[in-house]
Amino acid sequence: MEERAFDTGRRPVWCPGCGNYGILIAVRRALAELGLRPEEVVVVTGIGCHGRISDYLKVNAFHTIHGRVLPLATGIKLANPRLTVIGHAGDGDAYAIGLGHLPHAARRNVDITYIVHDNMVFGLTTGQVTPTTPLGVRTKSTPFGNPERPLNPLLLALASGATFVARGFSGDVEHLKELVKQGIRHKGFAFIEVLQPCVTFFNTYKELKEKVYRLEDEGHDPTDFEAALRLAQREDRLPIGVFYKVERPTFEEAFAHAMNPPPALRRLAPPDLSRLLESFR
Amino acid sequence: MKLLLTGNYAAAYAVRDAQPDVISAYPITPQTPIIEKLAEFIDSGELKAKFVRVESEHSAMAALIGAASVGARTYTATSSQGLLYMYEVVWWAAGARLPIVMGLVTRALGPPWNIWSDHADFFTVRSSGWTMLFASSAQEVYDLTLIAYCVAEHRDVLLPALVAWDAFEVSHTYEPVELVEDATRLLPPKGAWAPPLAAEDPASLGNLAYPEEYAETRRLMVEAVRRVPLVFAEAAGRLRELTGRDYSRGYECYRCEDAETVFIAMGSVYGEVRSAVDALRARGVPVGALKVWLYRPFPYEGVARVLDGKKMAIVLSRTTSLGAMGPLATDVATALALKGCSVKLVEFSAGVGGVDVTEDDVVAMYKAALEREGGTYFWRGR
Ligand SMILES: Cc1ncc(C[n+]2csc(CCOP(=O)(O)OP(=O)(O)O)c2C)c(N)n1
Ligand code: SF4
Ligand SMILES: [Mg+2]
Repeated sequence: MEERAFDTGRRPVWCPGCGNYGILIAVRRALAELGLRPEEVVVVTGIGCHGRISDYLKVNAFHTIHGRVLPLATGIKLANPRLTVIGHAGDGDAYAIGLGHLPHAARRNVDITYIVHDNMVFGLTTGQVTPTTPLGVRTKSTPFGNPERPLNPLLLALASGATFVARGFSGDVEHLKELVKQGIRHKGFAFIEVLQPCVTFFNTYKELKEKVYRLEDEGHDPTDFEAALRLAQREDRLPIGVFYKVERPTFEEAFAHAMNPPPALRRLAPPDLSRLLESFR
Repeated sequence: MKLLLTGNYAAAYAVRDAQPDVISAYPITPQTPIIEKLAEFIDSGELKAKFVRVESEHSAMAALIGAASVGARTYTATSSQGLLYMYEVVWWAAGARLPIVMGLVTRALGPPWNIWSDHADFFTVRSSGWTMLFASSAQEVYDLTLIAYCVAEHRDVLLPALVAWDAFEVSHTYEPVELVEDATRLLPPKGAWAPPLAAEDPASLGNLAYPEEYAETRRLMVEAVRRVPLVFAEAAGRLRELTGRDYSRGYECYRCEDAETVFIAMGSVYGEVRSAVDALRARGVPVGALKVWLYRPFPYEGVARVLDGKKMAIVLSRTTSLGAMGPLATDVATALALKGCSVKLVEFSAGVGGVDVTEDDVVAMYKAALEREGGTYFWRGR
């Protein structure tokens, strides 16, 4: 498969330089390199600038309501576990209005990949504070500086029992592509938090570029939960890569006996014509 | 003082002039500029309110329920999906008799995703007990928001109130708006009503009520709602004395006296309706227009009085009516039926999802209505 096979040909409406471009390219390449076919993939997107990605990825796409990516993706995966299901959410979508779903998807270990485009701001509604906006930052809704401590999404995912926890950077597309591939290959809930500048309302590109380093470069054992917890709290520098990975039974497996075949794969039995034919004897 | 303001900024100025204690909101297009302006007013010290930035609309209303239950003056604003997400606590606020004031920038409901005006969101709360006002210009947004506080906090009412206006045509369009010099001459003094919870008199809110007790709370709400038109008229009367602008009847009539056909509308489309009335009148066709400001409680009597003896009423509904006439047309039908008037009633769903409705459309609707039977029709343009 080529990267082009996942391109709808539509020109993105994102601002020039927006981090969403890097994420889009990384995802297209990951799908191509995994040899997936567009019809085998479902992308569920939330509401926000990130959500426009469903217009630019040539796969089955479901643009849902604000914050509800995970329950929808869960339903799709249960109905047809053969599909590769990827959720895209923004930090507002995933960590503000839709936060309640994250711990549950994580502890259930639904086999989906959840990519959060974290630009630390509500992009589409033109730049208000979100749960990941750093302390003191001035946004349109905090002209006096954000008074609230931000949420640490990696810690939350780890504490909730996510079986794959990673962080990527939209400015490091190759590395992000590898993370997405690993996330998709992982059997279970794969959480990928992606640091992304919003060049228009909160341009963090320079700062992120300086602070980010690859976990592999300093050596990290992704089966070490305690180390993952420590690294997730690092603030002086921002590690990217796989923080934690473990195998556990998935949600779909627990349903396998009850839904076999799964609903979307059920075929109607051919009609029984014997009695009709009998009447012609 | 006269300023050039959008409908959203007009709302923010009204809120500044009402000086609420607590504001809470979650951004959504096209509501966002309201809360951004309010954040600016707080930053500059012009507004001394606490701004609670929450993680959803549900939490925004919940925060105001908390604040209002101990007596705070409050404000929030939302649109579309935001109102629907807030729905559970919208009803709760009314049931708890809390005078919260909310701005609603009307916007279509998904799917598909659409950010333009449609009144489907507005109509979803029409039986909740909220006083519902509809503004069709920036000036009306300002005035009605102030009146909303007067009505909500009046001790004969104590129910939440919302003011709605159209996305973009009103929310983002600049118009001259005259502000009230001293809003305290219009508004009730703060703390003039008794909140359900007070430190000196411990009580509880929201506990289990047995059927008779529950029914009694609803009966009292019904009575309070009945008093709204009078309280609204009083507040509007005070505004008229200060400004000369008169909302007291809850609706406006334009060239209705000798009309045979009356158009009925809410919101920005009313401007086009008025132009169409003038155009038709110029050709000798006797038509008039009625604009609704006070939608709940609905002014049945007044509307019936205007329509009594007319040949035809044409309701322009900015929403899709599915399975029944749209709510506004149904209300007009009820008004007519209660008075035993037989007037042909035609409803057009027009302007749905932000589609423009022009003067020519309205003229064409008049012709179409003459030819068709009474009922509800989807307007697809000319
Ligand atoms: C229930 C509801 N409330 C509010 C909105 C308005 N809204 C649209 S996008 C958005 C925030 C988007 O922020 P984020 O999820 O971080 O995405 P980004 O635009 O930054 O990619 C909001 C609040 C909505 N669509 N639905
Ligand atoms: S507003 Fe920000 S997040 Fe949205 S497209 Fe522009 S740069 Fe990207
Ligand atoms: Mg964001």
